[in-house]
Amino acid sequence: MKGTANLFGKHFRTMILYLVIASGAVVMIFPFLWMISTSFKEHAYSIAFDAGLIPTNPSVANFTRAWKMSHFQRYFVNSLFVALTSVVFVVLVSSMMAYAFARFTFPGREPIFYTILLVLMVPNVVGIIPQFLLAKTLGLRNSLWGLIIFYVAGMVPFNTFLLRGFFETLPRELEDAVLIDGGTHFTTFFQIVLPLSKPALATVSIFSFLGFWDEFILALTFIDEASKRTLPIAIASLHGQYGTDWGLVFAASLIALVPVITVFVSLQRYFVGGLTAGAFKG
Amino acid sequence: MNRIRITQRNQHILTAYIFVLPGLLLYLIFIIYPMAKALQMSFYKWSIVPGNPSKLVGLANYTRALQDPVAKLALRNTIVYTLITVPGQMILALAVALLLNNIVRGKIFFRTLYYLPVVTSWVIVSLLFKYIFQSPKGVLNHLLVNVFHLIQEPIPWLRNASTAMIPIWGLGIWKGVGWAMVIFLAALQTIPQELYEAAAIDGASSWRRLTSITLPLMRPTLVFTLVMLMIGGFNVFTSVYLITNGGPLQRTEVILSYMYHQAFDFLEFGYGAALCFVLAVVIVTISFLQIRFLRRPEEMGL
Repeated sequence: MKGTANLFGKHFRTMILYLVIASGAVVMIFPFLWMISTSFKEHAYSIAFDAGLIPTNPSVANFTRAWKMSHFQRYFVNSLFVALTSVVFVVLVSSMMAYAFARFTFPGREPIFYTILLVLMVPNVVGIIPQFLLAKTLGLRNSLWGLIIFYVAGMVPFNTFLLRGFFETLPRELEDAVLIDGGTHFTTFFQIVLPLSKPALATVSIFSFLGFWDEFILALTFIDEASKRTLPIAIASLHGQYGTDWGLVFAASLIALVPVITVFVSLQRYFVGGLTAGAFKG
Repeated sequence: MNRIRITQRNQHILTAYIFVLPGLLLYLIFIIYPMAKALQMSFYKWSIVPGNPSKLVGLANYTRALQDPVAKLALRNTIVYTLITVPGQMILALAVALLLNNIVRGKIFFRTLYYLPVVTSWVIVSLLFKYIFQSPKGVLNHLLVNVFHLIQEPIPWLRNASTAMIPIWGLGIWKGVGWAMVIFLAALQTIPQELYEAAAIDGASSWRRLTSITLPLMRPTLVFTLVMLMIGGFNVFTSVYLITNGGPLQRTEVILSYMYHQAFDFLEFGYGAALCFVLAVVIVTISFLQIRFLRRPEEMGL
């Protein structure tokens, strides 16, 4: 008798638990639902204020308009180019640096490391004004390569920090064996350490990619030429002080979200791994 | 023998520098140098006109910041934003993580949903919140007036200085909860189950188990999350820039949005740099205090 009551109580508690979790999830998803809904409402309906969550007359017109808008495909390609190129460089450069910190003792090791730690706390944006002037001097304004250089430099410290933590957990025996057999540290790095670190590298790549894909303030400051814009700038510029065409804004936003959601959903396990590496090492 | 060892040692150091150098140079030239330069600029009335030299003004930019009512308001808004969004994110994230830790089926599904705002760009979610909080025809007003009949007239959220920060706070919390939640969830999974079993045998209530086992064991994670969220909070920019752009009448400026306007609209580069440094000093000081007082020394360092 008591057993049944307990069982019932347990089921009841589980139900409540799911109810609370699901309600929270609805709150989290709610703004996205409105974004999707609005993107399917045609311009005319936005003005007449089709208030409902379900569009009365759904249409994909906003998506075709957004996609065919002047330069939009260019912006998409710009964003993709900047984000992917930056990821390749930042992963290479940070993992090399992290390897040096994990495996070598050299003069300056501690000062450099602690400088990185200290400056990690200072937001990069503190240097934005001189960065703008520097970019101007070096001819890196209105240049996608200019963005790439600043993006890579900005992400090197954090990625180095994460990867150093990971490299230190790798057993040294394999590397030692290669070194004794006459291999160099370049062999150990490229043929042993990097292949063994695929999960950590994947994590670093994903987080960097998302950061670069979404970056706003540097791109806003550096890019004036319309053809050099990245998606965040392009989307922000779609929204005017008066009379924003929200259907268009959100259709463009949803297109910009496609790579992000693809990366996020397909590579989810690396997300969690990476976040916790930061948490426990940091 | 000794000479061979010295050569090997030099070889070792040389290799180390080859590995360090590319990253270090990028970092020094494009991050550290601009930061140092910003510090220098903050002591100047900086001129961008060629041939017109910048003038050393000492601490004038800083005293100006202390006397500038908008700068003071911006600093206040930044601090209030941090004080509201950081505890908001921490508490909600902890609650969600504790709940999710108790379920088996659907855990990853719900984790994904809660994490979705984190991966969505600040630009998109800022515009989304602006849209939701519009007046009179925003989603929230529509719900409050027409669906739930809680109010008669739509609230002009973004046009009132007293309510314009609400969407910005709301966005800060909504976007960040998932991040802290995933970290907490991972930390919860590292706590040995035996501790809870032992506590249950001793008759400890679930509240007691939370305060005596869960929270103390999560301490390093909680401190890490607190520091990171706080840094993020002081850095609030994109949401303000896109939702209110500091308005109405500069009442919702935060440090970075005000700095941005000063620097890139009024070309007050020296003053902008000083505002950046006020922010940097606040952030580094608070981070250090948090790490110093909340964290045990062995959790830090090489």
